Amino acid sequence: MKRLSRRTWLQVAGLGSFAGGAAKIASRSAGAQQKAVGDEIPRHPQRMGAIGRVSTESFDPSLFLRTWNFSDRPEVERRQFYRETPRPDGTMLREYELFSIDREIEIAPGVFFPAWTYNGQVPGPTLRATEGDRVKVNFLNQGSHPHTIHFHGWHPPSMDGSLPEHEVRPGERFVYEFDAEPFGVHLYHCHAAPLKRHIHKGLYGMFIVDPKDVGGVPAREPADELVMVMNAFDTNFDAENEVYAVNTVAHHHMHEPIRVKVGQLIRIYLVNLTEFDPINSLHLHATFFDVARTGTRLEPTETTDTLMLCQGERAVIETTFRYSGQFMFHAHQSEFAELGWMGLFLAEEERRDT
Amino acid sequence: MTPETSNSIGRLWLIALAPLALLGVLLVVIVETWPSDVIGADAHPSVEKLSLAAAKLRPNEISLTVLNDGPDPVTIAQVQVDEAYWAFTSDAGTMLNHLQSARLTIPYPWVEGEKHVVRVVTSTGVTFDHEIAVAVETPRPNVRYFVAFTLIGTYVGVIPVALGLLWFPLVGRLGRAGLAFLLSLTVGLLLFLLVDAGQEGLEMALVVPESYQGVMLFVFGTVGAYLGLESLGRWLRMKRQAAGADVATSGWALALLIAIGIGLHNFGEGLAIGAAFALGEAGLGTLLIVGFTLHNTTEGLAIVAPLAHDRARVGELVRLGVIGGAPTIAGAWLGGLVYSPLWSVLFLGIGAGAIAQVVVQIVRQIVPEGPVLRFMSTAPVLSGLSAGFAIMYATGMLVG
Repeated sequence: MKRLSRRTWLQVAGLGSFAGGAAKIASRSAGAQQKAVGDEIPRHPQRMGAIGRVSTESFDPSLFLRTWNFSDRPEVERRQFYRETPRPDGTMLREYELFSIDREIEIAPGVFFPAWTYNGQVPGPTLRATEGDRVKVNFLNQGSHPHTIHFHGWHPPSMDGSLPEHEVRPGERFVYEFDAEPFGVHLYHCHAAPLKRHIHKGLYGMFIVDPKDVGGVPAREPADELVMVMNAFDTNFDAENEVYAVNTVAHHHMHEPIRVKVGQLIRIYLVNLTEFDPINSLHLHATFFDVARTGTRLEPTETTDTLMLCQGERAVIETTFRYSGQFMFHAHQSEFAELGWMGLFLAEEERRDT
Repeated sequence: MTPETSNSIGRLWLIALAPLALLGVLLVVIVETWPSDVIGADAHPSVEKLSLAAAKLRPNEISLTVLNDGPDPVTIAQVQVDEAYWAFTSDAGTMLNHLQSARLTIPYPWVEGEKHVVRVVTSTGVTFDHEIAVAVETPRPNVRYFVAFTLIGTYVGVIPVALGLLWFPLVGRLGRAGLAFLLSLTVGLLLFLLVDAGQEGLEMALVVPESYQGVMLFVFGTVGAYLGLESLGRWLRMKRQAAGADVATSGWALALLIAIGIGLHNFGEGLAIGAAFALGEAGLGTLLIVGFTLHNTTEGLAIVAPLAHDRARVGELVRLGVIGGAPTIAGAWLGGLVYSPLWSVLFLGIGAGAIAQVVVQIVRQIVPEGPVLRFMSTAPVLSGLSAGFAIMYATGMLVG
C-alpha cells in the first residue's frame, strides 16, 4: 500500500485546490458525462483472454481430448509406446513405454514453461485399460532429476513409486506392473521429493480403467468421450499459478471449441491436478450433467452443473446437449477462468443431407 | 614553438591516451574472445527485469510504459489486469533490449476510484506488476490543464511565500536577540525541509529503474546545487564589494540566495505535483490546501529574515517572492506535461542541495565570528531552532 507521506499529501492538496478552482467547470459537465458512459463501453469480443495462439505442433489440446493409449499415433509408431496382448482369461496385457524428459512447453501464447514431462507432453499420455487387465509400464528416466510414476489404484507397495527407494535416477529404468483395478477414472503422477515441484512442473496424467463388459455388452453406454485434466502453471515460481487451463493451454478452447453433436451422449473424464490451489471446479453452461465421483460406480452420484474437485480428485461426467450452439465451460473460480481455464463447446445438429 | 616543446606536448598526449588505447584493445579482446565456457554465461538463464511506470487511464483503456531495466532482451508475452489475461497492443513491439521501452495499451473497463494491478508476463513466465492505487481518468493536456497547474503552483508556492514576505516590517523592528531567534527559526524550518526532501528524493530514487542509478542522480543534484549556489554567493559578494557596498550589513545578497534555494526546492515540489496530477495518482482530491499554505508560509519568512537591517524595497521584495515561489508553477507545468521520475529525483536532489547551502549561509550570518557551537547554544538560537522544527512538525502532522 502506498504510504501517505507529506509529498503525497502535497499532491492531494494541490489537486484539492484545483478541484475547488475548477469545480464549476466540472459540475457543469458531470451530468452529461454520466449519461454517456453506457454508450462509451465498447462491445468488442475477445478483448478478455490471452492474445495470440499457441502452436499446436508438438501438443494439440483438441487432439489430446480424444486420445488414449497413443491412439493419435500412426500404427507403427504407436507400437513403440503401446502394445496389447490378449491373455487366455480374456483380459489383456497392456504394455506402455513411458519416459520422463525435461522440455520447454508453450502454455499460453508466447509464454514458455520449463516443464518436466512424461513422453514430452503435459499432461502425460492418457493410459486406458479394462478392469482386470495386466498393466506393464516400462519407465525410463531421461530427465535431469530422479522421478517415479505413482499410480492411483490397487497395486503392491513395491509398485507404488512413492518412497525414496522407489525413485528412478536419471538414465535408469523401472517396470511398474499391476492389475488394473478398480474401474473408474484415476491418475498417475511423479512422487519424487519435493513432491510439489515434481507435480507442478508437469509430471502427471490420466489413467482410465473401464468396467468389464457385462455379457458382451459394454457396461457404460457408448459415448463421445473426452479427457480433461485441470492443471495450472506457476511460471514465476512464487507458489501461485499464473496460467490455468484444462489440458495445459490457456484459453485454447475459446478459439477451438470442442465440437460435439446435439443428442449424443458426452462422457468427460475429469481430474484435478492443479497444484497450490486446494480445489478446482468445472461449470458447464446451460446444461446439467450426471456425476459419478471417481467413476467407481456406474450409477451417477449427483446431477449438477458445477462440480468441485480437490487436488487428485476426479469424476466421470455424462451429459447430452439438447440445443445447438456454443456452451461455455470453465472453472467456477472466476480467477482461474480468467487466467486461462475457460473454453467453449460447440454443439451441432447431426447432418441429415448425407 | 621549439621542436622540444612540441615533442614534449606530443609525449604528454601519448601518456594521457595510451591507457585509454590499451583499454580499447582490452575491450575488443573481451568481446572477441569472451570465455563463456569458463564463466558459463551461456548456461545461465537470462536475467529479466522490466520497469513499469506512467500508467495513464482513458475511458475503457489503461496504458503504461514498460522499460527493460535488465541486461538481457525481454519478450513481453501476455498482460494480466487484476489476475485476468487481457488483450493489449504495444507501440514498439514486444521484444525489448536493454533500456528499450514500449508503451502498452490495454482496452480494459477499469473502475473509477478502485485499485487495479497490471501484470506483464514475459516469454519465460516471469511477472512484473504495476499497481494503480486509485483509478481516475488521466487529465489531458489543454488550456485548462495549464490554468490548473498555474493555480496549484500559486497556492502551493507563490501565496505562502508572499504571505511570509509580509513579515518584513516586523523583522526590521527586532533586536539582536530577536533577529537571532528569527534566523534560527528559519534554520530549523529549512533543516526540516532538508530532511524531508532527502527522504522523499531517496525514496523516489529507489522507484527509478535501477539502470538509471537514482541515488547517484540525487547525490549529484545535491552536491551540484550546493557548490553552484556557493560560487554564486561568492560572486554576488564580490560584485557588491566591488560596488563598495557594506557586505556585513547587506542582507539582500543572502535573501536572494535563500530565495533561489527555496525556488529550486519549490521547482522540485512543482514537478511532483504536476506528475501526480498528470498520472492521476492523486485521486482523493481534498481541500487541505489551507494546511499546506500554513506549512509553506514559513518559506517566505526564511527569505525576509536576513533583511532586518535593510530598507524596505517593494520591488526587490516582489522579485524575491517570484524567485522563491514561481518555480512551483514552472515545475508543475513540466511535471504535468513531460513526467519522468528521473527528473523528479534530480530536482529533489537539487532542492536538497540548495536548502543545505541556504542553511550554511544563514548560520554564517548569525555567527559572525567566534566558535560556532557556543553561539549556537545561546537561548535565542536554541529556542529559534526548536521553534522552527516544531512548527514544521506540527503543520506537517496536519499535512499527514
